[in-house]
Amino acid sequence: MGRYIARRLLLTIPVLIGASFLIFAMVYALPGDPIRALAGDRPLSEAVQAQLRAEYNLDDPLWLQYLKYVGGLLQGDFGTDFSGRAVLDTIEQRLPVTARLALAAVIFEALIGLTAGILAGIRRGSFFDNLVLVTTTLIVSVPVFVLGFVAQYVFGLRLGLFPTSGIGEGWYSYVLPGLVLASLSLAYVARLTRTSLAENLRQDYVRTARAKGLKPAVVIGKHTLRNSLIPVVTFIGADIGALMGGAIVTETIFNIPGLGRAVYDSVLRQEGAVVVGIVTLFVFFYIFFNLVVDILYALLDPRIRYD
Amino acid sequence: MRLSKRSAALIATGLSGAMLLSACGGGDDDGGSSGGAAADGGTFSIYINEPENPLVPGNTTETEGGQVVDTLWTGLVEYDPETNQAAYTGVAESIESADQQTWTVTLKDGWTFHDGTPVNAQSFIQAWNYTANSANAQGNSYFFANIAGYDDLQAAETGGQPAATEMSGLRQLDDLTFEVQLAEPYAQWPTTTGYSAFFPLPQAFFDDPEGFGEQPIGNGPFQAEEPFVPGVGITLSRFDEYGGDQPANAESVEIRVYTEQSTAYTDLQGGTLDIVDTLPPDAIATAEQEFGDRYIETEQGDITSLGFPTYDQRFADPNVRKAFSMAIDRQAISDAIFNGTRTPAASYISPVVNGHRADACDTCQLDVEEANRLLDEAGFDRSQPVDLWFNAGGGHEEWMQAVGNQIRENLGVEYALRGDLQFAEYLPLQDAQGMTGPFRSGWIMDYPVAENFLGPLYSTEALPPAGSNVTFYSNPEFDRLLAEANAADGDEAAIAGYQAAEDVLLADFPAAPLFYRLNQGAHSERVDNVIINAFGRIDAAAVEVVE
Repeated sequence: MGRYIARRLLLTIPVLIGASFLIFAMVYALPGDPIRALAGDRPLSEAVQAQLRAEYNLDDPLWLQYLKYVGGLLQGDFGTDFSGRAVLDTIEQRLPVTARLALAAVIFEALIGLTAGILAGIRRGSFFDNLVLVTTTLIVSVPVFVLGFVAQYVFGLRLGLFPTSGIGEGWYSYVLPGLVLASLSLAYVARLTRTSLAENLRQDYVRTARAKGLKPAVVIGKHTLRNSLIPVVTFIGADIGALMGGAIVTETIFNIPGLGRAVYDSVLRQEGAVVVGIVTLFVFFYIFFNLVVDILYALLDPRIRYD
Repeated sequence: MRLSKRSAALIATGLSGAMLLSACGGGDDDGGSSGGAAADGGTFSIYINEPENPLVPGNTTETEGGQVVDTLWTGLVEYDPETNQAAYTGVAESIESADQQTWTVTLKDGWTFHDGTPVNAQSFIQAWNYTANSANAQGNSYFFANIAGYDDLQAAETGGQPAATEMSGLRQLDDLTFEVQLAEPYAQWPTTTGYSAFFPLPQAFFDDPEGFGEQPIGNGPFQAEEPFVPGVGITLSRFDEYGGDQPANAESVEIRVYTEQSTAYTDLQGGTLDIVDTLPPDAIATAEQEFGDRYIETEQGDITSLGFPTYDQRFADPNVRKAFSMAIDRQAISDAIFNGTRTPAASYISPVVNGHRADACDTCQLDVEEANRLLDEAGFDRSQPVDLWFNAGGGHEEWMQAVGNQIRENLGVEYALRGDLQFAEYLPLQDAQGMTGPFRSGWIMDYPVAENFLGPLYSTEALPPAGSNVTFYSNPEFDRLLAEANAADGDEAAIAGYQAAEDVLLADFPAAPLFYRLNQGAHSERVDNVIINAFGRIDAAAVEVVE
């Protein structure tokens, strides 16, 4: 197991280098002149523009810019954005916010999604099963920003149950945005759990377990669920990475100062160092949580061994 | 976030009916600030978007950081929100000159920065030299271009060092007096010094510019006791040793960063935000009813024009440009698209500054017959469609399309919208004479002077890349009249001069004036005396917390 983990972790190094270069190249390939855009409709004197270009190495060819960036990285320098703020500071400030939001979302996703999926899977064709089907279809088909604005308006503004925006009220501020962020994945988890559980309940070993006279709770909880959860865990694990990076819309609607908003702003401003720093971090999280999922497999299914 | 704005608008339109029915609830949600608040002045909150630059006056070029900087600083002069005239309520006792070229600035005694150090002549001279120096890459550098010796502070080659670090035109006379030598006479110069680029800087800035940009030290009615947090904002508290006559009424102000305008508006409705200085477009129709006398509409010092590529053969004839202008029904576009919040323009000069004439432009009225006559006379080829250019993501598509439809209907010329480019591509293309047809051109004044609507946009000096004259209009007669007006002694002579220059512009017609903007804001029941000026800024010191 230890060797397996070490090998997987070593593999992340080339992936991260490759990913960061690709992202760097993409930002580089964005058309237009970021320095000119900084000034907007106003003039910016030529000497000042030249100075800014020199400061951010914008006159260098792609490979040289990237080498300078990596050179900085090796000395612990993640670069700065156009307002001179260190990228590392931005990450340090915003990562906890994004992590909290993602955590809240994953908790809702697992809690609500699994419960709904299991109940629906056990009582196939029941009223509850149909209710889950209709609700999840609705959630999947409504874009997340609509869901966000409606939730903000109804639960935040009209009913006053949650703060309408910001993170001023601690963990409580993350409940509503967490639910909105989780909504789509939550629907998938419910559907996935239901299908997987329903399929496994038809298996021979379940019939055997029932024939042995085991209680229904044990049959489902101990025998069926462990097998049924493998695809669900895969989905949730991969989703954590997506939730961390894909919260841009939710963070914007609820005015949450997370990494998603920072990346979005930086892409618009073509701030290469910020985009590369944060997106590479997303890539790392994605790889990391996939590794965690793979390790979890072994716990869920004793037949899987990693040596 | 620009992407979601339109989608937000769609939803909000649906919701606005519901909002009307249950007109503002909330208001019970203002944290722990009630109770003892009234005694010490209380606290209130205002909204900005994420500032793009560090909070240094010389480097803050946009309105977001500008609101913070304006709250933290007081300049040499201040602008009266009613008349938009410079008033000597700032640091300057007087700014005088005999020849409109050599100015003597006398400072009032007793002003200090938030860190206790005095505001003196050095605070201004050092700050201006720093901002002007191209090696420091400050966005507001060009505001000092008319001071003698500015060119020596511009590096000749990329990344190089400029020849000098001090402008020869700045000379300290004594602790509270300094002399400013301009390259050319400019009678309006004292008025320009109210702009944030001219704010003073304490020694602390030069010791640690980076830290300063996060927690600035100014000389204004409010001070920063903690650093600015990107994405969140900053809370400023009243500066008790403030040197001005009008200290802040409130104990503190929270400047909160929002990405999405409609979220800020929702918070205003919910009572968790006190002042919103711009309303989302879809809320404008209902906001006046919803907020009543807490709804504020202010004339803005700006202009939206349809610029013409004077370098393009098709638009080289002024009569063609006038024909296009006369084919546009400005009021109809304002009503249909902007809920009537745009005033049709009939002058290059905004109505908020002295020198505006409501009837200056007789080719800015809809006159289809005359437009067609001019177009025929000029031999304009109507079979070719015209390109209409605007930058993407600024909400310009709808009204540019309306302009296009009117051109098609009134002139029988097809149009094609060219609105795919973001600023990063759009601006360099403008500089490179890449506009193949009329284009959207927007200008927000830096200071309330008629010259600010003429020189930076149409003078030969302002041709790209040095300036914003993207129509590439150049007329020595216009330049001469402008220079004369700049040197004129006395307001009356100056205004007559600027109007004479504008007349040349109206004859040559490099751009068609379209609209002046009205700004809409609103505030909660917790605050009173909310003033939003012609720059769209909130006068934070004037705000009173009534609860």
